[in-house]
Amino acid sequence: MMDAIMPVIYIAIFPGFLFLAIYSTLIQWIDRKLTAVMHNRVGPPIYQPIADFIKLISKEVIIPDNADVLMFKSLPYIAIASILVVILMVPVYSNDAIIKFSGDLIVVIYLLTIPTVTFFLAGWSSTSPYSTIGSMRVMTQLFGYEVPLFLSVAGPCILAGSWSVSDIAKYFTEHPSMILVNIPSFIAALLASQGKLERVPFDAPHAKNEVVGGQFTEYSGRPLAMFLLSIDIEMVVLASLINAIFLGGVFNFTGMIGFLLFLIKTTFVCLIFILFKVAMARVRVDQVVKFSWKYLVPLSIFQILLNLYIKLK
Amino acid sequence: MAKKPLRILPEAIKYLSKDPATSKYPFEKAKVYPNFRGRIVFDSEKCIGCKMCMRVCPSKAIEIILSDEQPSPQTGPDGNPIPVKKKFDCIMNLDRCIYCAQCVDICPKKALKSSEDFELAQLDRKKLKLHYK
Amino acid sequence: MSKIQIPLGPQHPALKEPENFALVLDGEMIVDATVNIGYNHRGVEKALENRNYIQDIYLIERICGICSHSHVSCYINAVEEIAKVDVPQRAKAIRTIVGELERIHSHLLWLGVAAFELGYDTLFMYTWRDREQVLDCLELLTGNRVNYGINTIGGVRRDITKEQADEILKKIKYLHERTSYYVGVVTEEPTFLARTQNVGKLPKNVALELNAVGPTARASGIEIDVRKDNPYFIYDQLDFKVITYNSEDVFGRAVVRVLEIIESIKMIEQILKNLPEGPVSVKVGWKIGPGEAVSRYEAPRGEDIHYVKANGTEYPERVKVRAPTLANFQSLPYCLKNGYLADAIITIAAIDPCMSCTDRAIVYDIKKGKKEVFDWEELRKYSIEFYRRKGIKFS
Repeated sequence: MMDAIMPVIYIAIFPGFLFLAIYSTLIQWIDRKLTAVMHNRVGPPIYQPIADFIKLISKEVIIPDNADVLMFKSLPYIAIASILVVILMVPVYSNDAIIKFSGDLIVVIYLLTIPTVTFFLAGWSSTSPYSTIGSMRVMTQLFGYEVPLFLSVAGPCILAGSWSVSDIAKYFTEHPSMILVNIPSFIAALLASQGKLERVPFDAPHAKNEVVGGQFTEYSGRPLAMFLLSIDIEMVVLASLINAIFLGGVFNFTGMIGFLLFLIKTTFVCLIFILFKVAMARVRVDQVVKFSWKYLVPLSIFQILLNLYIKLK
Repeated sequence: MAKKPLRILPEAIKYLSKDPATSKYPFEKAKVYPNFRGRIVFDSEKCIGCKMCMRVCPSKAIEIILSDEQPSPQTGPDGNPIPVKKKFDCIMNLDRCIYCAQCVDICPKKALKSSEDFELAQLDRKKLKLHYK
Repeated sequence: MSKIQIPLGPQHPALKEPENFALVLDGEMIVDATVNIGYNHRGVEKALENRNYIQDIYLIERICGICSHSHVSCYINAVEEIAKVDVPQRAKAIRTIVGELERIHSHLLWLGVAAFELGYDTLFMYTWRDREQVLDCLELLTGNRVNYGINTIGGVRRDITKEQADEILKKIKYLHERTSYYVGVVTEEPTFLARTQNVGKLPKNVALELNAVGPTARASGIEIDVRKDNPYFIYDQLDFKVITYNSEDVFGRAVVRVLEIIESIKMIEQILKNLPEGPVSVKVGWKIGPGEAVSRYEAPRGEDIHYVKANGTEYPERVKVRAPTLANFQSLPYCLKNGYLADAIITIAAIDPCMSCTDRAIVYDIKKGKKEVFDWEELRKYSIEFYRRKGIKFS
């Protein structure tokens, strides 16, 4: 009987929806409070993200006449569902993830593209001018960061000799000095993740000052709350993926200590995201594509060649 | 010109160890400099009823009326009545006043003064019509 | 993709005040732009004719929140010219100090707003925190943080004491260090440079033809400044430079404004160190004799023109205000074309629009299909006809 309930616990409670929702709320509060302290002001109290979520789900939902109602309401849940599958393949409390098989890295990368496609469809199905522009920007930015993200995780793959996330984490646990060799693609992966999460400097799609809400202009109430929750959960999941691939996962610990180490290391990666957000202005959409093809792709390719050289030596 | 990426980051990190620059207003008193133009107060001993303040007020916020209680007439030692200064009241509409203090400047007997009181919000509009006696 | 027309405003998170920009987009590129103004018209010019000259000072102050002292000083220059009043030197010096403090305030606020439009929240928070120092200086001097009310016909209403002058000099020194830091950030941060260089280009000949004023024109290399061309108050005794820059784009306008803050700081230090002695005002009667005058003033946004006509009574006969933003709006369609939508926001913010100053009345005749501007007699006849048709009679 335990075998029948365990999958439900894994998906819904730990490390599934409930754990991710609570942890992402905590990370959102750290983000806002740290940004505020660096701006020399006070910042929100700890219950603020929960209060925002509760307020949003109690508001009325207004759908435009020409919009497709079924797609409009169901897209946020598709985004959350695909991210929840990813966390099952990433090492959380020990270096053995719950599901592992050779090639699960590729499945993870493809599953992480689905939220972006749901953003595009959300904007397109709203049929208002501002959301159309927002969804076009989402697709343009996709051309910018998807290739560097894939290339930069291919570097450590080649070094570790396997396409499974758990095996890469185990490889870096055994050879800790190789972590320093992979720093160029670490930086490329961090910047590409900023683009995927639509945070400053790459938050052109839903920039409040230019297009009023981008792809989310016509959203309000519960669908909007779910979309914003999906962006926060995506941040935690991407941080844990980068931790597993570049920083060695939770080393050799298991159980409670492994879990604590996981929390500390993912918070550290999120801190780097916060520092990028504080220090830069928003970049225009065509400049995002130019920047990533000019700097990020060569960096990742250089890392792949370096890893090939080390492997074959 | 030279480009330095993340130019503002060293300054931002410096503020992690400093206090916020926000003053927690309702829980701390707000700092007001002297000569701040707050609510206008009226001294009826000095007012002579010339109504220059009414002539110069940009928003018709002040009104000088004859008071209900006048000082009683006095007689001098030779039996003739001595002229006694009449007493005036002032009605001030706080919701119309723009706190420019032009009435303070133009009063010839200095009967009006600016105080430093600025927390004047009320929920009931009738409380904003002050009657100074 | 075919062309779509989107309205930018009147309600938009990027605009502080309502105006409508109708943009025709092809993808992300702007193909055509039209500016429609008039959302903030309040009938100020008519209201000025029912109040006497001293009450008018306070109404003119509230045409705009940031350039309030500029509008009042311009109006008072015109009225004092009609009344042939000789204002003492100390009063002119105090007016100059408040005017330059207002210029520092306006430019620091603009820097924060431009950073906010670009998504650069850190710079926005820092500049607005330093703006509090300027507001404290103004509260010390004049009694209020905005809408100062320090001018009166014939001089100023308050005097400066030695302690106030020392306090102002201390705060100005702090602002000098902070502004030098912001000059470094504006010229060296790569994301800021990427968003503002080669954006909203206005070549020098087009700027001259379309009558750009203020920092918008000075960033295109035109050296015009009313403080040097037609000095008023004590500007002819002060030593300062007119800052120009040759890059003709939004980056040039940002650099011009930040460097102007430093020039204003130096001017205030010069004045405070040698303040002339004497009375602060002379007495002027209630009635201003018949005559008319035009006066110009360098507001933080450009050249501000006021025309006053007096007819010997207590009330002015006609006051006309031409705000600097109205002149700068003419060059916006040229700057917006062939740019991206993301650039439209920062281009509009770079001319520092103050919509409240701008709106005066224009009448559009639908039957004849053309626009015309009414003068006073025609407007009066038109309005009487309008109400008579509705059945309301004025005697």
